[in-house]
Amino acid sequence: MGEAGSWRSPHRLALLALGVATVIFLVGPMLVVIPMSFTGAKILSWPPVGFSFQWYAKMLEDPQWSRGFLNSMQVATLTAIVSTILGTLAALGIVRGRFPGKGIANALILSPLIVPVIIIAIGFFAFYSITRLTGSLPGLVLAHTALAVPFVVINVGTVLRTMDRNLELAAASLGADPVRTFWRVTFPIILPGVFAGALFAFITSWDEVVVSIFMTSTRFRTLPVEMWEQVRQVVDPTVAAVATVVMVVTTTLLLFVLVARRRVPVR
Amino acid sequence: MLFLRPVFGRAGRRTGGPLVNRWALLAIPVLIFLLVGFLAPLLIMAVRSVTDLPAGSEGDPLTNFRRFFGGEANLRVLGNTFFIAGLSTVGCLLIGYPYAYLMRLASPRWAGLLLIAVLVPFWSSLLVRTYAWQVILRDTGLINSTLRGWGIINQPLDLYQTTTGVLLGMTQILLPFMVLPLFTTMARIDPELTKAAANLGASPTRAFLRVFFPLSVPGVLAGSLLVFVLALGFYITPALLGSPKNTMLSAFIATRVQQQLDWGLASAMAMVLVAITLVVLFLASRVIRVRDVFGALDAE
Amino acid sequence: MTADTPALVLGGVRKRFGEFTAVDGVDLEVRRGEFITLLGPSGSGKTTTLRMIAGFLTQDEGSIRIAGEEMTRVPPYRRDVGMVFQNYALFPHMTAAQNIAFPLQMRNVGHDERRLRVAEALELVKLASFGDRYPRQLSGGQQQRIALARAIVFRPRLLLMDEPLGALDKKLREALQLEILRISRQLESTVVYVTHDQEEALVMSDRIAIFDKGQIQQLGTGEDLYERPTSVFVADFVGESNMLRGRLERDGDGMWLHRGAWRWQVDPTIAGAPGLGDGVAAALVVRPEHLRVVAIDAPKDGANGVDAAVTEVLYLGPTRKIELALPDGVAAVVRQPAGTEGDWRPGDRVRLEWSVDRAVVVPDPAGDAPVAPDTPQLEATPPDAPRPAA
Repeated sequence: MGEAGSWRSPHRLALLALGVATVIFLVGPMLVVIPMSFTGAKILSWPPVGFSFQWYAKMLEDPQWSRGFLNSMQVATLTAIVSTILGTLAALGIVRGRFPGKGIANALILSPLIVPVIIIAIGFFAFYSITRLTGSLPGLVLAHTALAVPFVVINVGTVLRTMDRNLELAAASLGADPVRTFWRVTFPIILPGVFAGALFAFITSWDEVVVSIFMTSTRFRTLPVEMWEQVRQVVDPTVAAVATVVMVVTTTLLLFVLVARRRVPVR
Repeated sequence: MLFLRPVFGRAGRRTGGPLVNRWALLAIPVLIFLLVGFLAPLLIMAVRSVTDLPAGSEGDPLTNFRRFFGGEANLRVLGNTFFIAGLSTVGCLLIGYPYAYLMRLASPRWAGLLLIAVLVPFWSSLLVRTYAWQVILRDTGLINSTLRGWGIINQPLDLYQTTTGVLLGMTQILLPFMVLPLFTTMARIDPELTKAAANLGASPTRAFLRVFFPLSVPGVLAGSLLVFVLALGFYITPALLGSPKNTMLSAFIATRVQQQLDWGLASAMAMVLVAITLVVLFLASRVIRVRDVFGALDAE
Repeated sequence: MTADTPALVLGGVRKRFGEFTAVDGVDLEVRRGEFITLLGPSGSGKTTTLRMIAGFLTQDEGSIRIAGEEMTRVPPYRRDVGMVFQNYALFPHMTAAQNIAFPLQMRNVGHDERRLRVAEALELVKLASFGDRYPRQLSGGQQQRIALARAIVFRPRLLLMDEPLGALDKKLREALQLEILRISRQLESTVVYVTHDQEEALVMSDRIAIFDKGQIQQLGTGEDLYERPTSVFVADFVGESNMLRGRLERDGDGMWLHRGAWRWQVDPTIAGAPGLGDGVAAALVVRPEHLRVVAIDAPKDGANGVDAAVTEVLYLGPTRKIELALPDGVAAVVRQPAGTEGDWRPGDRVRLEWSVDRAVVVPDPAGDAPVAPDTPQLEATPPDAPRPAA
């Protein structure tokens, strides 16, 4: 793209202004949380007064938050591992595989993205409470994995689809049997996609709220669920501190993903 | 021993290859997992909607559906859901169309940055975003404090827990789903066409209205349908930023389960929501490949 | 396997894709150390044939033998065949040296010997210091040379090349053609090369197999194909040709091709070959450099000739190209050195002459509607030969 045309014309300037406003609309609100977390005041009001680490201190002291943080870390890590394995295999099966009903299989894999999350939440709640998996780590990991797998499949699938098939033929002609071809040629090339998928799976689980609300109990809660409880009561800016920490983790991971994609040498 | 039989030329059975190749086996684990861990719960819920009947109406499997469509409060919630989803769609369109157009005009580098900007809300925590809106919209929040500080208003604007608040929150989160299909469609429009129109005597406005806009309509439809569908299912944002009169179907279902333990009715409502979702998505798939949009969810 | 076992034998190979037959009965024998090119337009089956030799596709019928061994059941990674692809297919996540080392690793060659042979291979393609570069850091020509190095480092029995120079510009292509030739001679490799560029084929090959519609139309050296094509397709595909279509006729000891009021003498050995003969529809093929242009009223000295009108004279530096139209509109082309006598202008009526031994006759499958005897002429007189019996 990049059409020629004067950027000074009124049309273009208006468009540009609108664009800038939209970007502020998109990114701004979350940035607001950061200064809020450092407020010296005791209540949640704007503008923040003074500068203080009190809310971060409170967050660290309060066992609820630290437990929530650890729980989220555990769940997200396990979810990332399981969904990456399942999802990578699935992508290979869907992209390279031939079998009747492939379209339906593909739709099934992507369906968690489409079905309204509340429905998934209560469905899981009913189902997993029968098997007594609610309020436990394995149950939550299973639930989050179902939500995260589509992201892995999409990421790995895209890299697989755009990969030059001749590379595998070349490997075969040079003496590599199918197993060696996969590990020495195919897998290293799709690795950035696998990595990105894993990170997206982690982020999905890390930020997941609705299903978690139904799948957790007071004994075992994830960070987003703790936040949900607090946010509805609008108590104090501790939540702002927590939110900032959550954002930092997510942003760091996203930067990793961007860096990983830059190094994709598929051709 | 896996025998690699890559197919060259026209793909598909006509090549005389096997109907099922060995790669297919790899898809089995995930399919089993999803069948058991995802599809089964949903099917059970579907079943419950016709089996979990309130006392006295065991003869009529559609009782729950009748209860839903018969209750005035229920219908109001359904109406409200459509209303808010519709407004969100319009809002996303109004903001998203110029934004997508800007992306199209921009150089590849800037377009990439704009794309990242639009994806940022998607990848950040829903709760964080909604909480941020709380901070901004409350009586003592950013907007009101700033406007008061500048002396523009004396009384705080009622933004928190209003429809406006809900719309702002939802629009921000749904914008990527409008911008991406729009941008994809716009990118495919040959830039030479508007130049040709200009050459033939059309002013920029007319060139846009008669040439560009009609060609962008598939993107508009796809984006709108997608945003609408997703908005229907929203739970967190309307619950936090809205008032009880803004209750949407998702929250309604949630309270039926959590407070009244009325699984029958909740399941029935869930089925209704799923049905609406599928119908709207089907319509969207006539216009654009929905997979294209979801394909944008990889790290590009 | 003895020293004269052919490196490659294809016997009756057929491949279908659904309704479409891509390769329709191909027989080919390639000697050791030979450089053979499969030449033909797109869709003619040459690439499909190559891929079957490599083992990426399995033929529906027929046999493929490499160094005497039947390959049908042998998967590609055990065929010991080197392949160079048009888009190079270098592994992007490995350096050039690692790419080249790959086949050696697959054969469990030890670390030190690997290093040595990789260095040798890089030396051979004149990229000795480029071993540590990644493919994306190399130009197209360099990538192709690395691909070549990778394909020969393990001394395969057969080297296959699938339009390897197609993606490069003309100058680079010509330079690499000679490089490939030099390397293959030095290694005494047997090469099967696929291209649609006939010049490339002529430059590089010992023999050329011309493919059309899944079959080999003619197999021979460049000279065979150029001077003695055996079909209209080959005459047309390789170089330029002038074709006069008509019907063969025996007249005593001689053979003639007649067309309407005209007839020309043809070489009886050629005209007597299978597929040709008395009464067969055929085409006379004369290469542009074998035609002489003389004044229309110049004395005929027994050579074959036909009247024509000049339509265009083009000066091409060292040569001159004259385009003409024959009596019934058929176009003809003459190429001659720039200094040749005769200052022709468009519109001139002339006669084209050629010697019998410079022309070839091929069957004309499309020509079963003979030209009517009273085809409109350019007020020319037919040659002074006795009219054949009608």
